[in-house]
Amino acid sequence: MTDPVRRSAGTPVRPLLEVADLVVHFTRRTGLFGTQRETVQAVNGVSFAIGRRETLGLVGESGCGKTTLARAVLRLVERTSGTVRFDGYDMAALAPAELRRARRRLQIVFQDPYASLNPRMTIGRAVREGLEVHRIARGAEADRRVRSLLEEVGLPPESADAYPHEFSGGQRQRAGIARALAVEPELLVCDEPVSALDVSVQAQVLNLLADLQARRGLSYLFISHDLAVVRHIAPRVAVMYLGRIVEEGPAEALFAAPRHPYTQALLSAVPVPDPTTKRSRIVLPGDPPSPVHPPAGCPFHPRCPHPAKDQTCLSLRPELTAPSPGHRVACHKA
Amino acid sequence: MSDRRADPPTHRRTGEPDGAPSAAVAPDRAGQPAAGGPLLEIADLRVTFATGDGVARAVDGVDLVVHAGETVGLVGESGCGKSVTALAVLRLVEHPGLIAHGSRVRFEGRDLLALAERDIRAVRGNHLALIPQEPAAALNPVLTVGSQIAEVVRAHQHVTRAEAAWRALELLTAVGIPDAEKRAGHYAHQLSGGMRQRVLIAIALACRPHLVIADEPTTALDVTIQAEVLELLDGLQRKLGMAVLLITHNLALVAERTRRIYVMYAGQVVEEAPTEALFAAPAHPYTQGLMAAVPRVDRPAERLTAIPGQVPPATAWPPGCRFHPRCPFAWEKCRSEMPALLPAGGGRSARCWLLEEGQETGRQGPDAKSEPQGPDARTPRDVQRAGGSVP
Repeated sequence: MTDPVRRSAGTPVRPLLEVADLVVHFTRRTGLFGTQRETVQAVNGVSFAIGRRETLGLVGESGCGKTTLARAVLRLVERTSGTVRFDGYDMAALAPAELRRARRRLQIVFQDPYASLNPRMTIGRAVREGLEVHRIARGAEADRRVRSLLEEVGLPPESADAYPHEFSGGQRQRAGIARALAVEPELLVCDEPVSALDVSVQAQVLNLLADLQARRGLSYLFISHDLAVVRHIAPRVAVMYLGRIVEEGPAEALFAAPRHPYTQALLSAVPVPDPTTKRSRIVLPGDPPSPVHPPAGCPFHPRCPHPAKDQTCLSLRPELTAPSPGHRVACHKA
Repeated sequence: MSDRRADPPTHRRTGEPDGAPSAAVAPDRAGQPAAGGPLLEIADLRVTFATGDGVARAVDGVDLVVHAGETVGLVGESGCGKSVTALAVLRLVEHPGLIAHGSRVRFEGRDLLALAERDIRAVRGNHLALIPQEPAAALNPVLTVGSQIAEVVRAHQHVTRAEAAWRALELLTAVGIPDAEKRAGHYAHQLSGGMRQRVLIAIALACRPHLVIADEPTTALDVTIQAEVLELLDGLQRKLGMAVLLITHNLALVAERTRRIYVMYAGQVVEEAPTEALFAAPAHPYTQGLMAAVPRVDRPAERLTAIPGQVPPATAWPPGCRFHPRCPFAWEKCRSEMPALLPAGGGRSARCWLLEEGQETGRQGPDAKSEPQGPDARTPRDVQRAGGSVP
């Protein structure tokens, strides 16, 4: 039997993950008796690609759709339209057995490993589960692999017998990473993996992720609200606002000279641990609009401080264009 | 909710220019002690919690001073005791927490720990206010925000319901909530996180405080909203001349808006310094480690320098210096004897034996320096080489 998901591995030119025009809308009931319905436009036409051994950082504030995007990539939520291709294969077109095989190559690390680890299962069993489900190893061989995975993420092998509550936050996140690595994935979707950790421990986990990428040749879709963290880990960064990517480019260019007014405001708002630099801060008026009623035209126009903002911004949605190679921005005035 | 529609009380000022302190938020300076003494003075504060694993010494001998009108930062990671310190100042430590005998908290010359419950409530309301971390949890979900602010006003000042309602509107306007009259009738769940935090600031200001303790006031907020709320707090602080004790885990936040900083680790203050001096040359290895561990948006690093290990539990602080198990410079003395806060030059002090070594070598000249014992012993010179600093 040929394995359609495995077959094409190694094609050099094709990106590992290719997302095109992805749209995810949810319908929810509202009103006192749930009689009304409204549509939450969580992801509204997102396209990007991630190559092998590459990291794409995805930043955005709460409600911008970044977590929904992560889940749609893994097909943990169903897309409304658009395509997600993993190694060339359309994730939506896969039969259940094929989807299972694809998921082995595509794992997720959550923000709160406490919520994603079964409290009544030892860390060893949690890591071992993936090995057995995907028939990678059994018995003594599985035990050996569990120990080596725990060591690889910096946990003592005897922690296999411990339960999640016996671990600190940083150790739990290490266990969550070991669990994802057990099935030998090629792409890790990391959804706010260090947001719940103290800075001293956060640095340990970020360094671990960098080491694992170098050693295993992993690709990362790294999602975070923390621009400093994303800048540190990702050579390429995409900025999301209200369900869309508004700017994407090499981290160096994007952080040195952001082109989209939202990216500019976001960057200016990040405090810097240096009392001698006084920076001018762009304070955005108001809150992000609800994804139930996104504004017409540019999604950012109600808060946009750009001096040249005009009627076009209010009525016409800007497409992502590339003012310089590899740098895309969705703004009429950029 | 008919109060809000009542006629405005006669003393209400109208037509005040934006930016001028309104009657509602101007601090009431009467009753403040003569200038000179600190506004808040914490000495040897100890707070313990009886837990299943033994006694947790959450705050263990903290000394801290805030002068009138200044912004002071209190920085540390989770479990270092910074929030418990704030709660102890307000006497809000709840069972099984205990503030130990011998702890002293003086605010405007009064010993807060000696006050009767009724009197502490009056202080808490009138001159000392708290802005809590989680705005959603701090607001009552079944009362409108306007009535919650009015309630605070009425609890501390002898005003009529109608006056209190007007004051609530003034306060909402002062914290930059547009369309205050409409928002006053809203419930917490109808407001965004940033709006809720503004409401909590309004509640804090209702007391005309001389000192605001802000405990991670923006941690739950997005970065653009965080910037907005902090600007607001800065502006109000300048306008009203109140002092702010800003408690946070985020070094960058205190870098930009404080004059002095206290760094806490394992229940103790490990470093105290003027802000610029602290960031220019942190004296304590923990502070040095924290600064190296933070990824920076303005200055990307190839690799972060993580602090090994993790914070020990409060029930089992290590003997000697509490940071020694994670400290790259620790030697024998650090494992057995706890250092005091030692002067580190430039107005700084740090709880580290390296400083004493540094002073000795300084006094005795370079020839007389004694090599510390132990396999991973380092001299202050190594600290300097490693990017740290010993003056």
